[in-house]
Amino acid sequence: MTSVTTSAGRKPGPTSLFGYRINAVGVVGALIVTFWIVVAFAAPMIIPHPVGDIVDTDYFGPMSRELWLGSDYLGRDMTSRILMGARYTLGISVASVIIAGASGVTLGMIAAITGGVVDMVLSRLLDALSSIPSKLFSLVVVAAVGSSIPVLIVTMAVIYIPGAYRFARALAVNINTMDFVVVARIRGESLWYLIRAEILPNIIGPVLVDLGLRFVFIVLLLSGMSFLGLGVRPPYADWGALVRENIGGLPYAAPAVIFPSLAIASLTIAINLLIDNLPTKIRDREAS
Amino acid sequence: MTSLVQIRDLRVEATTDSGRTIEIIGGVDLDIAEGEIVALIGESGSGKTTMAMSLMGYARAGCRIVGGSVVVDGVDMVALPEKDKAAVRGAKIAYVPQSAAAAFNPAIRIMDQVIEVVRIHGVMPLEEARTKAVALFRALSLPNPDRIGDRYPHQVSGGQLQRLAAAMALIASPKVLIFDEPTTALDVTTQVEVLRAFKSVISAHCIAGIYVSHDLAVVAQIADRIVVLRNGEVQESGTTADILERAQHPYTRQLLAAVAPDHEPRRDASGPTAEALLEVHEVSVGYGPLRSDGQPAIVAVDNVSLRVARGRNLGIIGESGCGKSTLARAIAGILPPFSGGVVFDGHELGRSARHRSPDQLRQVQIVFQHADTALNPAHTVEDILGRPLTFYHGMPRKQRSGRIDQLLDMVKLPRALRQRRPAELSGGQKQRVNFARALAADPKLIICDEITSALDTVVAAAVIDLLKELQRELDLAYVFISHDLSVVEAICDDIVVMYRGRKIEQITPEDMAKPEHPYTQLLLSSVPKLDPTWLDHLRQDPEQVRAYCQR
Repeated sequence: MTSVTTSAGRKPGPTSLFGYRINAVGVVGALIVTFWIVVAFAAPMIIPHPVGDIVDTDYFGPMSRELWLGSDYLGRDMTSRILMGARYTLGISVASVIIAGASGVTLGMIAAITGGVVDMVLSRLLDALSSIPSKLFSLVVVAAVGSSIPVLIVTMAVIYIPGAYRFARALAVNINTMDFVVVARIRGESLWYLIRAEILPNIIGPVLVDLGLRFVFIVLLLSGMSFLGLGVRPPYADWGALVRENIGGLPYAAPAVIFPSLAIASLTIAINLLIDNLPTKIRDREAS
Repeated sequence: MTSLVQIRDLRVEATTDSGRTIEIIGGVDLDIAEGEIVALIGESGSGKTTMAMSLMGYARAGCRIVGGSVVVDGVDMVALPEKDKAAVRGAKIAYVPQSAAAAFNPAIRIMDQVIEVVRIHGVMPLEEARTKAVALFRALSLPNPDRIGDRYPHQVSGGQLQRLAAAMALIASPKVLIFDEPTTALDVTTQVEVLRAFKSVISAHCIAGIYVSHDLAVVAQIADRIVVLRNGEVQESGTTADILERAQHPYTRQLLAAVAPDHEPRRDASGPTAEALLEVHEVSVGYGPLRSDGQPAIVAVDNVSLRVARGRNLGIIGESGCGKSTLARAIAGILPPFSGGVVFDGHELGRSARHRSPDQLRQVQIVFQHADTALNPAHTVEDILGRPLTFYHGMPRKQRSGRIDQLLDMVKLPRALRQRRPAELSGGQKQRVNFARALAADPKLIICDEITSALDTVVAAAVIDLLKELQRELDLAYVFISHDLSVVEAICDDIVVMYRGRKIEQITPEDMAKPEHPYTQLLLSSVPKLDPTWLDHLRQDPEQVRAYCQR
């Protein structure tokens, strides 16, 4: 577009940083997510009491100066348990989403570029996988091989591969028809180059958004699994397990059942806020 | 005399995503008298559509009218509240869009869409509107006017749809009509018919209007006055004859010069006996699954043979759907032909790119029409040009960087653009990068698939000049595919005319004055000329028209 800068000059536009436009809601989301990530890393250093120690004389104790978030059904310190729980909830979910994303997206791009039989076989296989209800599938797996952190990670990843595959394939099919991919193809480029240089950079934005949503689903599924008693083994507990083991405190309005729920809610909502309000690049070059 | 439309000091502004305000229209005055058609001419981004839209008091998303007045029939559209604007739109002022195909709802019958305006404004009973629509269909010389309204938009051709869009605009008898490049997307043979229909309807209903276009020759047929716009300001305005014959402003002259590119016949090349670089032998290409007789469901190119000599240019012309791009794709190995073969430089080429050696792939490069989709939006210009250098020539970093500078110089782009991404380049610049990427491979043959079609006339002329210059320096041969006959004429030594997948004639630019095949005659006579009386004097054999045009 031909442009003439007017003498009126620049209006007080949206906040911008390094050529990106950011908005307040996104910043709030990012801060909450960062907070939980820091907590997950620093948990062993900052917990006031060891997670297994019974420190309160009463169970389902109220919030106090000593025990900030009260005590659980055995009188253990909830603050410490929630802070440590962040490690499991975040760690397992992040690991699963990375595995699910990396394999699903790669397979999706391969299917889109190769087409034909490869596409059909991959698509049908993963369709079949996604037709199994996820809760049921994870219950069966955990019941069969037992619950350990690697098993949980792999199970969650397998459950979410078909979704990532479908999403990436749908995007990649559109990019694949673009002339620049045709140009690369008749240049004689390899499949790996097409995936890495031509397709991936053009779908990475939506794919990351999708993986963010998937991360939330994994957090919820993991919490659900733990709630059913098939998640992380005691005495350690992720947030879902904390809700389950303290569910008996519900009639007493115990903070022990409310705060793990709040933790799950704050993480999932913050991630969604962040994804919906990611910084957007300002394309107007003449403004600096 | 007060005119029907008075635009005074119109200013339209837009705000970019960084919050910077830019001026799209900067204080324009314009008058349109009753029954007068004023053409707005200018390159893309000159503000011509924005200005035409302002007649309806409308500014597209992100833009707003910040000053001035647009008085249409005594009412200032700018000052009008939104609700009153809606009452005027369609009833008093109507709009004919550039792409009728995108403007029709594919799920609703044409008749219901044409009379929708009447239903919204309630200007007449629906039954009367239907009768009027049929009369309009007849006036616009649409085939089968009584029944065409029962069809769905996909059941009529592009030229018909464009005329139906005009009928939709005319149904409520508006006083002012806005034509926004209504024939740009049409083939020349179809364009003739659509222009004729528009012209007769305009004079019959005594309509005033704005005709937005970048094609001076088309505008010359329709408009009474021409206004030349650039950067949102009027450069020159005058009657059609004045502008065409006594253009004052250098930009207008540039536009005029671009319509008729100079053709210098090259006599230096050694004629058709020169060593063949590319030979296409009876190639047939199709789409869809193979049938029992070994032919695909749709045959797009049928038994075409052609020959390109070293360092010479072959043009392929024909209307959309004639198979010219499919043929180019077959030569490049994108779409394997189901019969016939391609011989390049004495060696038979593999049917698809997978069966060709890297060196064979390097020597034949293809440049696509839409530089927007041909350049990876995620890569910088440097990445785009650097990849073929690494891939074909294995150049180390430093040497590659030097070569990229050379390539940018060759296509006359400033070296500062290296770090830009395609979205940050103009259409002409993108097409140059697109071309530079083909040059990076050091090819012997470049297939240019409609490379100037998406560009403005002035920019296209510059690209053609560049192509000629590079050919002299680098000993390239081009296969030049276009529906723009003047472009092909300007650059090619031989021209192949295609029709419905077949090659019907091969001519030289010198023969273009007297082609033998009736379809070629029809095609060549349909190219608009700058003469305002061209359309009125154009006589085409109705037999030929019926035989070759699916209007």
